[in-house]
Amino acid sequence: MKQFLIFVKKEWLHIWRDRRTLFILLFMPVIQIVLYGFALTNEVKNSKVAIFDQSKDEATTVISNEIAASRYFNLVKNVYSYKDIEATFRKGEIRMAIVFPAGFRYDLLHSNHAQIQLIADASDPNTANTLTNYASSIINDYQQTLHPTEDLPYTIKTQVRMLYNPELKGAYNFVPGVMALVLMLVCAMMTSIAIVKEKEMGTMEVILVSPLRPFRIIIAKTIPYLLVSMLNITSILLLSVYALDVPIVGNLWLLIAESILFTITSLSVGILISNSAKTQQTAMFTSMMSLFLPTLLFAGFMFPIENMPIPLQIISNIVPAKWYFIIVKDVMIKGLGFTAVWKETLILISMTAALLGISIYKFKIRLA
Amino acid sequence: MEKEKVITAKDLTKRFGDFTAVDKITFDVTKGEIFGFIGANGAGKTTAMRMLCGLSLPTSGEATVAGFDVYKQNEQIKKNIGYMSQRFSLYEDLTIRENIRFYAGIYGLADELIKEKTALLLKQLHMEGQENTLVRAMPLGWRQKLAFSIAIVHDPAIVFLDEPTGGVDPITRREFWGLIYEASEKGITIFVTTHYMDEAEYCNRVSIMVDGRIDALDSPANLMTQYASASMDGVFLQLARKAVRTGD
Repeated sequence: MKQFLIFVKKEWLHIWRDRRTLFILLFMPVIQIVLYGFALTNEVKNSKVAIFDQSKDEATTVISNEIAASRYFNLVKNVYSYKDIEATFRKGEIRMAIVFPAGFRYDLLHSNHAQIQLIADASDPNTANTLTNYASSIINDYQQTLHPTEDLPYTIKTQVRMLYNPELKGAYNFVPGVMALVLMLVCAMMTSIAIVKEKEMGTMEVILVSPLRPFRIIIAKTIPYLLVSMLNITSILLLSVYALDVPIVGNLWLLIAESILFTITSLSVGILISNSAKTQQTAMFTSMMSLFLPTLLFAGFMFPIENMPIPLQIISNIVPAKWYFIIVKDVMIKGLGFTAVWKETLILISMTAALLGISIYKFKIRLA
Repeated sequence: MEKEKVITAKDLTKRFGDFTAVDKITFDVTKGEIFGFIGANGAGKTTAMRMLCGLSLPTSGEATVAGFDVYKQNEQIKKNIGYMSQRFSLYEDLTIRENIRFYAGIYGLADELIKEKTALLLKQLHMEGQENTLVRAMPLGWRQKLAFSIAIVHDPAIVFLDEPTGGVDPITRREFWGLIYEASEKGITIFVTTHYMDEAEYCNRVSIMVDGRIDALDSPANLMTQYASASMDGVFLQLARKAVRTGD
């Protein structure tokens, strides 16, 4: 046991001496959270719009004011011709234009039919869709105020309730995603590099000749990274609760236990990579290609897995991050208990067992 | 002369599939002896050494190291041997003291003893006051000497040196051999593989491996007489010419 601790201490010294890497390891999650939280958000906020008002009556003024007051829109310009609209779009000054035809209020009151045109920049289709939806709902609200008391006999009113995330914040989705990504990266990539480094330097041989048992060596190497990952989980959770207002609805300890499980899965992936990689570069590229990209693509936080072709959906099942992502969402965001995530937990445990089993097997072969 | 035998090997063989890397080698090494292991690349030196270190199981034959059987007792063997390879066995991003502490620690030395050993070792190498220098900052020759001293820090019965002086200048090599002689006088058996024939002449006995077999085994003086050559170089060339395998 003492030998084991000495090894862990030595491993810690390696990390400590390499301050720059340590700094990156500790601040990468912070930077990612800040980036995804404030810069790379896919929420639509303060989108620039222009209004072409050919009617200039009471109704168009009210609607224009509503639009300008909404947090989704930022009224930047009044334009006076269609040509103007096109020019403004071309310059990239606006994402959407709203056109009121002449006599808008008159039409509305006298013929019961008035038209508004929404022109959106659909080079980004999702945003264009969202913007026109927001604008339509503001216009519908206005329409409701025109007949506040009058209830039509046959109307269907849809009541929409957004469960778990009433404000439709993107953070609810990407915080679990970033957790999966960071843990995978820190654990798998850094351990594989650390182990391969010993092979490359020739120190591995010397250690293998020592009385330390081979598998303890590997475990000892992973422990400091387990600690770094715990720090990362802590900083991500603190940031998400206090900076992004994403609460931890479920049981914190369950969340931490599941995170430790996923950390161990990632460490096992790192050990497996280090078994076959001969140089640190290989280890790094293997980690990047086999972990970073699949995690980004198949964890489900960037692109919905249900929309992928069947073969890709099947492939996504072997990405550990996918299961962890589901667990974190269920526990942290939806507040579900262990009964809801035991299946995913079991999958992660089996993956870990399989990965470690293969590693031990390969390790023994190499020694024989 | 019944000297204590610390390594015995009888018909020791290692096959990888159809390839016989080590072919029935038989030899004994006595306590305190400096035993040279010479051969071209691919002759089987490293494989033989790995079997004796407990890193690789023999296919057939028998061998004991420090009195322990290589098949069943490799954990005990590991406790009683030291090892240094041609590549650096030191951690460059750790200091001299940390390197000593780590290697002494993994052999289970007590903290007190480690401190004592550290002081002694620094004195021997004339490196007092430099214990907090990073190994990265040390000259090559010093690192090699430090690596050797660390390989025997736990007073092993045998130390295995796998081409320990690769890439080192002749003066440092000579100093390095000074350390080897000191260790041998303390009763540590030295098992060394080398490319350098002048180093072979420093050994008490030398075995020359060709194609996985030991083709000659005797003191350098006897070998030179037997093969009528003025140097070990000549002896080696005569034997190595018969090799069928080529180096890798």
